[in-house]
Amino acid sequence: MKIKVSRGEKIFQVFNYCFLSLVALICIYPIWHVAMGSVSSGTRLATETGVILWPMDFTTIAYEKVFKNPLILTGYKNTIFVIIVSLMLNMILTILAAYFFSRPKVMFKKPLMLMVLFTMYVDGGIIPFYLTLKDFHLTDNLWGLIIPFMISTYNMIILRTSFEAIPASLTEAARIDGAGHITILLKIIIPLSKATLAVIALYYGVSTWNSWFWGSTIMRDKAKLPLQSVLREILISNDTTGMEATGADAIGIEISIKYATIMVATVPILLIYPFIQKYFTKGVMIGAVKE
Amino acid sequence: MHRKKGYQESFSKRLKTDLRRNWSLYLLVLPVLLFYIAFKYKPMYGALIAFMDYTPTKGMANSEWVGLKHFSRFFSSPYFWRLLKNTFLLSFYNLLFGFPAPIILALLLNEVKNAKFKKFTQTVTYLPHFLSLVVICGMVTDFSLINGLFNSVIEFFGGTRTPLLQNPDYYRTIYVLSGIWKEVGWGSIIYLAALSGIDTQLYEAAKIDGAGKWKQMIHVTLPGITPQIVILLIMKIGNLMSMGYEKTILLYNPSIYETADIISSYVYRSGLMNQEWGYSTAIGLFNSLVNCTLVVAANYISRKTTENSLW
Repeated sequence: MKIKVSRGEKIFQVFNYCFLSLVALICIYPIWHVAMGSVSSGTRLATETGVILWPMDFTTIAYEKVFKNPLILTGYKNTIFVIIVSLMLNMILTILAAYFFSRPKVMFKKPLMLMVLFTMYVDGGIIPFYLTLKDFHLTDNLWGLIIPFMISTYNMIILRTSFEAIPASLTEAARIDGAGHITILLKIIIPLSKATLAVIALYYGVSTWNSWFWGSTIMRDKAKLPLQSVLREILISNDTTGMEATGADAIGIEISIKYATIMVATVPILLIYPFIQKYFTKGVMIGAVKE
Repeated sequence: MHRKKGYQESFSKRLKTDLRRNWSLYLLVLPVLLFYIAFKYKPMYGALIAFMDYTPTKGMANSEWVGLKHFSRFFSSPYFWRLLKNTFLLSFYNLLFGFPAPIILALLLNEVKNAKFKKFTQTVTYLPHFLSLVVICGMVTDFSLINGLFNSVIEFFGGTRTPLLQNPDYYRTIYVLSGIWKEVGWGSIIYLAALSGIDTQLYEAAKIDGAGKWKQMIHVTLPGITPQIVILLIMKIGNLMSMGYEKTILLYNPSIYETADIISSYVYRSGLMNQEWGYSTAIGLFNSLVNCTLVVAANYISRKTTENSLW
């Protein structure tokens, strides 16, 4: 049976395709603009306005300046260190917490869970948090970006839900065979929760990569700033120290330097984006089941 | 509850059994508990400086209690109403325009028959979600300059060029639109999944009953995603006054404080920049009190009116 398509529906379909194309264009163009601007000549960036479809007088001078800036390199180094160490601690502690809270028949599970859940709704605020970091000597110190952020309660709950879905008979049988908790975790629980673990690792990784506020707040020494805090100095506070240009290059170069800085900090994400996108979409669903 | 009738183990006996059986579990979770105590509960205790004239040199033990002094100073400060209004209006506009946007996008995407076009549009609209906030605010700041991209668009449609982030009138629009740009695609995922879960037989039945596209949307599609909409709406309403300071700090400047400054950014300035520890903590405390009330209220209303609630 051929389904009759009404006139109104045809018009709607045409409108829908046009509208969605426009939405897609709006989402992608700013990134394209920045990418093309970063390899355009400063003089033309300063004098011409409007859309940039292709590089204007192709030049890589902005990138040369950006890579000469020592803060970009230290920023990258700091961020990579923080991400690797954080990720390990994040995963270990979150797995331990989720394992504990997913065990049946544990007397203090309920009160301890309440203690953890309470922190999702109530917190001391940024000033007491900052003073806490100071008390623990975590200011002006890369560990200050790692230790205070070791567990996200939200991620822990997602993982606990996934651990709870594993049949108790499996772990009970292992217990009877004399397996300890570590063995059960490594041999049964972790292998059966790989998908959720991957999603959570991504969540942690991305949030560490994106965070700038505490880096900008606790570091006195600029060489200790993570990448996003360095970006803030350059993009928002207009601090282009170490990237000055002279002569004809100097005109309009701040704009292309800013664009090049954005690209340097974003291209790694854009490159791995196609590979991790499906895990993220899966993650949204895993998070949503929680309710 | 599952105990046998007429028999109840004594607390100490149960405690002993539990510790013998689970001592290694408690040992494993110990670092987790220490983390929560050190970085969640210690700051909560530290929030008591809201009632003190605290200075780091004196420490909490030696600072004197001043009762509600900081609170009354805030309530009578000339900024109080401005901060309250800005916080509320920004979140309200964010909710009003930002909340329906992903639902509309999901509904439109759901009507697309061409699988390739659909996949492409989805991938592209998710992309901004992966850019960091600093990068996005950097781009917004640059595009808002007098010769920036936004001004080119405005000029194209017949407007005049003006430095957008210097004018308090435009700030809210920029804030809300850039938020939608970043999250609209990402936010649509959850609705798209719910849409694909709607039983196709319902549509068939509606068609047989003579329902056109529009009627199907009202009577089949929307009811199908209502639970998701309600849950997300409660969460958003609960967060109405808990506006993050990060985006504000990145975007604003003194010339637009009039519309841009919100409670949390004021806390940041008075606390971390001017070192008024007790005063800023008091404002933060006031803010979280308002938030808690809103979460509970939103949840209560939703539980009474619809069947959905967070707890």
